[in-house]
Amino acid sequence: MGVAYYDKDEKDRVIDVTYQSGLKVKPVYGPEDLREIGFDYEKDLGDPGQYPYTRGIHPQGYRSRAWTTRQYTGFGTPVETNERFKLMISHGQTGLNVAFDLPTQMGYDSDDPRVAGEVGRVGMAVDTLRDFEIAFKDIPLDRIGVGLTINAVASIMLAMFQAVAEKYGYKKEQISATPQNDILKEIIGRGTWIFPVKPSIRLIGDTIEYSMNELPRCNPVSICGYHIRESGATPAQEIGFAIQIANAYIDNVLARGYNIDDFVRRFSFNFNVFGNLWEQVAKFRAGRKLWAKNIKEKYGAKNPKSMFLRGLFGGGGYGLTKKEPENNIVRGAFYAMAAALSGAQTIALCSYDEAYTIPTPHSALLSLRTLQIVMEEVGLRDTVDPLAGSYFIETITKQMEEKIVEEMERIEKMGGMAEAVEQGFVQKLVAQQAYKFEKDLQEGKLKKVGVNLYADESKKEEEVELHEYDASVIDQQIERLKQVKRERDDKAVTRALKALRNAAAEGENVMPYLVDAVKTYATVGEMTGVFREVFGEFNEPRII
Amino acid sequence: MATDRERKIRVMVAKPGLDGHDRGAKVVAQALKEAGMEVIYTGLHQTIDQIIQTALQEDVDVIGLSILSGAHLPICEELIKKMKEKGMTDVKVAVGGVIPNRDVEKLKALGVDAVFPGGTPFDAIVEEIGKIAGER
Repeated sequence: MGVAYYDKDEKDRVIDVTYQSGLKVKPVYGPEDLREIGFDYEKDLGDPGQYPYTRGIHPQGYRSRAWTTRQYTGFGTPVETNERFKLMISHGQTGLNVAFDLPTQMGYDSDDPRVAGEVGRVGMAVDTLRDFEIAFKDIPLDRIGVGLTINAVASIMLAMFQAVAEKYGYKKEQISATPQNDILKEIIGRGTWIFPVKPSIRLIGDTIEYSMNELPRCNPVSICGYHIRESGATPAQEIGFAIQIANAYIDNVLARGYNIDDFVRRFSFNFNVFGNLWEQVAKFRAGRKLWAKNIKEKYGAKNPKSMFLRGLFGGGGYGLTKKEPENNIVRGAFYAMAAALSGAQTIALCSYDEAYTIPTPHSALLSLRTLQIVMEEVGLRDTVDPLAGSYFIETITKQMEEKIVEEMERIEKMGGMAEAVEQGFVQKLVAQQAYKFEKDLQEGKLKKVGVNLYADESKKEEEVELHEYDASVIDQQIERLKQVKRERDDKAVTRALKALRNAAAEGENVMPYLVDAVKTYATVGEMTGVFREVFGEFNEPRII
Repeated sequence: MATDRERKIRVMVAKPGLDGHDRGAKVVAQALKEAGMEVIYTGLHQTIDQIIQTALQEDVDVIGLSILSGAHLPICEELIKKMKEKGMTDVKVAVGGVIPNRDVEKLKALGVDAVFPGGTPFDAIVEEIGKIAGER
């Protein structure tokens, strides 16, 4: 699938195969390979649902519960987004994953002069609680888990989610939100950071602490190897760096006097699926084992649930191509299959038009249908971890484990992930690899069908139906913001923001103050403005 | 003329606006560097005013923008308007990122000198940047 390196002779015989993480693959594997790696069923695998969870976290796998389908959705104003949510749910989608526009992700209101041209473009615009009231109208928030793809201001969105659920008559104990809330990966790979590293991690600690006590069904952080891989990291780095990021957040919460078993079972992960099928499977099996070991051995957890690596494994955008975009539908099906063979809890796919724009209703539905076909028609719910015991799979799972440990050690040597990111160490590594990958692709060392293999040079223009950005949404959004500002109690807003400022400056948990502020219809920009004043902004290390 | 100049071609690679996807920007910056150009990478979240200011300070031949959010048309329109106000008529503009083919002509009509939709090979980018810089 375009990521491994194949050396062939003049007769097209495959001589050498090397995976992106550096593993060399042999033509044949047998019992002697398992002997060589010292394979021990109990120690290396365990039954499904047994430590170290290599085979999966549930004894019955997908027999007891199918994976959740959760396509990333949101655009324009909350009105359009609410319609799209309902469309996806009516077609059988079992969770939501909210896309926010960039102004919201960066903590600016829709009428801020810095955000012209971006309102409602790559996701839904949110300024106040009023927008959440519209977006989540008639969505059963006690049944549908909601991913909130937001990071720098995740604390604000989590507070807003609690407020909207309460407004619609749900108890805060009933709701299940998964804010992405992973700032370190934003700095490494996705770019929507605002505050410096340390206060950013403290805000994440606040959301974890608050959820532990107030929002028991929420998953306050979703650590994203996904975007790190998307930015150029190898599969081994994707897992190793994600575990080290999680450890940075864990350390913050432990320093508040909690026990690892109090909170870490609500951590979830978001990983990437593209490239060689076997390398992905080995990566996830080894990753589950290493996470369990990390939590048990390094942090001394006793509760098995604390050791579960629960994850959204998503078909990655970087595996898709702009050329011959329909080919991406086929790629998506293989990525979904790889995720299912790897024991994902939740699967999502980038839609085939990813390289052009955000998905149309048609392309979003095709992705959902792909996930449903993989689930219902090809037998992936039949038995747990069907690849277990393969001489090949077990050998490369063990080798992958070693590669991931090497990557984790590199970060430890830097003094941990917060330090490594502050100094630009990880960013530099990832950028160098992105360059190598691109060069290898252009030089034909890596193959991509329709791009540098069997490419149809006569095709110049691709005919793709595109999602149209509707610029009139900006006016509607700004008008709604103005109306909310006219109707709200300004004194209550000022009081709430003052209390928030004090909490932020004094090191108190900001979450209760955010919930109060959100309920006064304080805007995202106003609340983020308080944090900007107190925390300052991150200064990006120069790596080029 | 390019033949008269002794100095290397100076290219700015900038990430305007709020979009944080910088894989492409960094990769292209590296490719231009390896091709012997001087590259000034701005980092993320740059306003148009910041980009113009850096371009003037660094005396660049080409301003290269990397945009993946879909906002390339409004961003380029504003940049070119402000460049004209500053009298930067000889500085060239190149844009890359998630850019549908149908927008290539629109960008050129705005005054963008070169457009590199996703997947454009390094060689083509280096050649085109060299060409437009040489037209100064």
